[in-house]
Amino acid sequence: MQAEAALGRIGLWFALMFLAIVAIVAAKDSGFAAHATIVAAVAFLLVLVSAARFDPLSSGRSFFRMPDGPDKYDDDPVRWGVLATTFWGMAGFLAGLFIALQMAFPQLNIEPWFNFGRLRPLHTSAVIFAFGGNALIATSFYIVQRTCRTQLAFPSLARFVFWGYQMFILLAATGYLLGITQSKEYAEPEWYVDLWLTIVWVAYFIVFMGTIVKRKEPHIYVANWFFLAFIVTVAMLHIVNNLAVPVSLLGAKSYGVWSGVQDALTQWWYGHNAVGFFLTAGFLAMMYYFVPKQAERPVYSYRLSIIHFWSLIFLYIWAGPHHLHYTALPDWAQTLGMVFSIILWMPSWGGMINGLMTLNGAWDKIRTDPIIRMMVMALAFYGMSTFEGPMLSIKAVNSLSHYTDWTIGHVHSGALGWNGMITFAALYFLVPRLWKRERMYSLRMINWHFWLATLGIVFYAASMWVAGVTQGLMWREYGPDGYLIWSFADTMDAMFPMYVARAFGGLLYLSGAIIMTYNIAMTLAGRLRDEAPMTETPHDAQADRPLPAAVPAAVPAE
Amino acid sequence: MSVYETLRHFADSWFLLVMFLLFLTFCLWPFRPGAKDHNQAAANSIFEGQDDGE
Amino acid sequence: MTEHVDTTNAAEDKPKGHKRLERNVTLLAVATLVTVAIGGIVEIAPLFWIDNTIEKVDGMRPYTPLEQAGRDIYIREGCYSCHSQMIRPFRDEVERYGHYSLAAESMYDHPFQWGSKRTGPDLARVGGRYSDAWHVQHLKDPQSVVPQSIMPSYRFLAETDLKVPDPAETMRTLRTVGVPYSDTQVKQAESDLALQAEAFGNAKDLQSRYPKAQVRDFDGDPGRLTEMDALVAYLQMLGTLVDVNSAAAQEELAEEKGR
Repeated sequence: MQAEAALGRIGLWFALMFLAIVAIVAAKDSGFAAHATIVAAVAFLLVLVSAARFDPLSSGRSFFRMPDGPDKYDDDPVRWGVLATTFWGMAGFLAGLFIALQMAFPQLNIEPWFNFGRLRPLHTSAVIFAFGGNALIATSFYIVQRTCRTQLAFPSLARFVFWGYQMFILLAATGYLLGITQSKEYAEPEWYVDLWLTIVWVAYFIVFMGTIVKRKEPHIYVANWFFLAFIVTVAMLHIVNNLAVPVSLLGAKSYGVWSGVQDALTQWWYGHNAVGFFLTAGFLAMMYYFVPKQAERPVYSYRLSIIHFWSLIFLYIWAGPHHLHYTALPDWAQTLGMVFSIILWMPSWGGMINGLMTLNGAWDKIRTDPIIRMMVMALAFYGMSTFEGPMLSIKAVNSLSHYTDWTIGHVHSGALGWNGMITFAALYFLVPRLWKRERMYSLRMINWHFWLATLGIVFYAASMWVAGVTQGLMWREYGPDGYLIWSFADTMDAMFPMYVARAFGGLLYLSGAIIMTYNIAMTLAGRLRDEAPMTETPHDAQADRPLPAAVPAAVPAE
Repeated sequence: MSVYETLRHFADSWFLLVMFLLFLTFCLWPFRPGAKDHNQAAANSIFEGQDDGE
Repeated sequence: MTEHVDTTNAAEDKPKGHKRLERNVTLLAVATLVTVAIGGIVEIAPLFWIDNTIEKVDGMRPYTPLEQAGRDIYIREGCYSCHSQMIRPFRDEVERYGHYSLAAESMYDHPFQWGSKRTGPDLARVGGRYSDAWHVQHLKDPQSVVPQSIMPSYRFLAETDLKVPDPAETMRTLRTVGVPYSDTQVKQAESDLALQAEAFGNAKDLQSRYPKAQVRDFDGDPGRLTEMDALVAYLQMLGTLVDVNSAAAQEELAEEKGR
């Protein structure tokens, strides 16, 4: 039986490999051929893996191992997810630092594969979809099991979700370098990669829904609502925005069904809600689980979390047109986008307050627990960027900020501050628990990570704010003679110091992540760093006594 | 009036009102008297039992 | 797994309202989908019917095969990361880049290239502003013509033969998604592609199918049809189709509400 199953699986992978090789031969363009080669290589790898697994005695630590027993949570996909998050995080931050340096020192462009235009989507996809996406898949699988008190439904499908998603990342990333792109920001992969992601995403939805359906807890905890909204909405956005007709079934190129204004609004409806549901709803789900767990007290207001949920998901979806202020998009749509963006400030801050106030009565943990400190900083940056966002969506402000680096700074204060910090905190929470360690290898390193990351963001956001405002003002500055003062080249020249400062901020942020990677590696190795505890506040016996209110009796009589 | 204009008028008047009322209902719902215990139980559900590494 | 649902549901005495939503994951998922669908539908759907987003403006025509090939290279190289193609109706932008962009000017753009960042200048009306030689030199070595530029060099474009697997199929696909290419245009796609980059090509012939199409050797290397030819042909046509100052266009503009 086992032999048959193994043979069947080998046959399946072999057939896929064969198909991929046929695709290589028949491909219409070199990019598609390269991607077919990657698929063939992965299929070949899986033939080998399946063949190796044929040995019926090897119940060893295979990557495809099922859960240990009915009384254990199915954490293997979570563990891989944690490792993948760490790995892709490093890759994405490194790519970010490199393109930041390219903007200061254009000599670093190596044509054609490593030019800025091809590396920029590589960076954005690596951090959003590879780093963020893996963090979301891993934490959602972890949280949904705990809050539902049951194992993952369809364990093999859950494994497919993880590996299928890595395949998506591999194809997307190599595609950018090869120049395979639809040019829709944050939705660059071509049609066949989009189809593949759709399959993986449906599997993800089935696993997540199935787990909730078989839950042993009557209530569906609020974190799961946010995860569900994230999965459902991203599916909707992804499918609608990526509708396209391929030129050839054996070629990479396709043309989207939308054009012009309709395409622009569909794209930014997608783009803005990739932020709203991928980078906000999903990460809020993490916040609603990990912050209460780490603070060891329930969320500040469960009622507020319900209001937060419905208003956030309802309002976010309208805000897309603020990316198209003063363009050829009809005015009413722009105004609608602006109004909803401003209203969106409220639920965003409601969520932030709910997270922060969870620490009510335990504020001292900010001093004593570096993980809590990271969470608080994440929420603070969430609050800042969800204030800055509505402000930038006001048309008058946007007329200055649009097309400038201010937007880039805004995005990064959210991405580095909110998404990055909350993910790091979640990783520090998860690693000791998933690998059954007493604690992280070093708490002091977490503290170092915290400060490096914070300082990095400050450099980044400040320099980009200055750069953006400078650019915006220079573009529109008139002299007394009634002519524009600056040529475009002048404004580029003025950016140089800011671009260097930004790259320095990125370097700090990357350094923090390197420390985290080392910390996680040592924790996995089972080591504990011999270090002074984080919270050593020496006991002062002199101060440790009641206020001398009773003393006045001792005042000597005159 | 074209279909578009008819829908537009409807969207700007009655449907807007309906949506606003729906939104208010959703917002006020968790504040109804019976919800308190339920919410508390839900908020604390993540602390029951040992659920960390297992 | 189904059994669990049954037991859970049976154990409860039919919860109502939001409580029911909190316990029924299917209902929660559906309610979520409905909630998030509303905004998109209300904002996007009207764009397919409102006049000023679907109106045609005199002069607009689909891209020639060579321009389309150049556009595909523009997309491939990620030019949109740094260059917008959307001039906003502000005095400084209009003086810097030309008349503000009309919705109709991107009606055949699959996908749109409005961009979101101006690390480099807007390109919506760059066509005809510089010579072909300037473009070629600038693409090969941007710093040689604009010392402050941080643009990467694209020398390889001049050394790479233009390869479009099947120009007719490209146009058929574009026709499927709504670009009104005629049968003649599709049939002659391959020859038109070559014709437009010929040093002494029959311009009249091409212009009968594509008004205002520019026919010449774009990359200064008449012996070869390179990717540089295609990209420069695309850049040189940007913003040249609609005469925004003509009376007819001004009338259309006056009718465009909300700009």
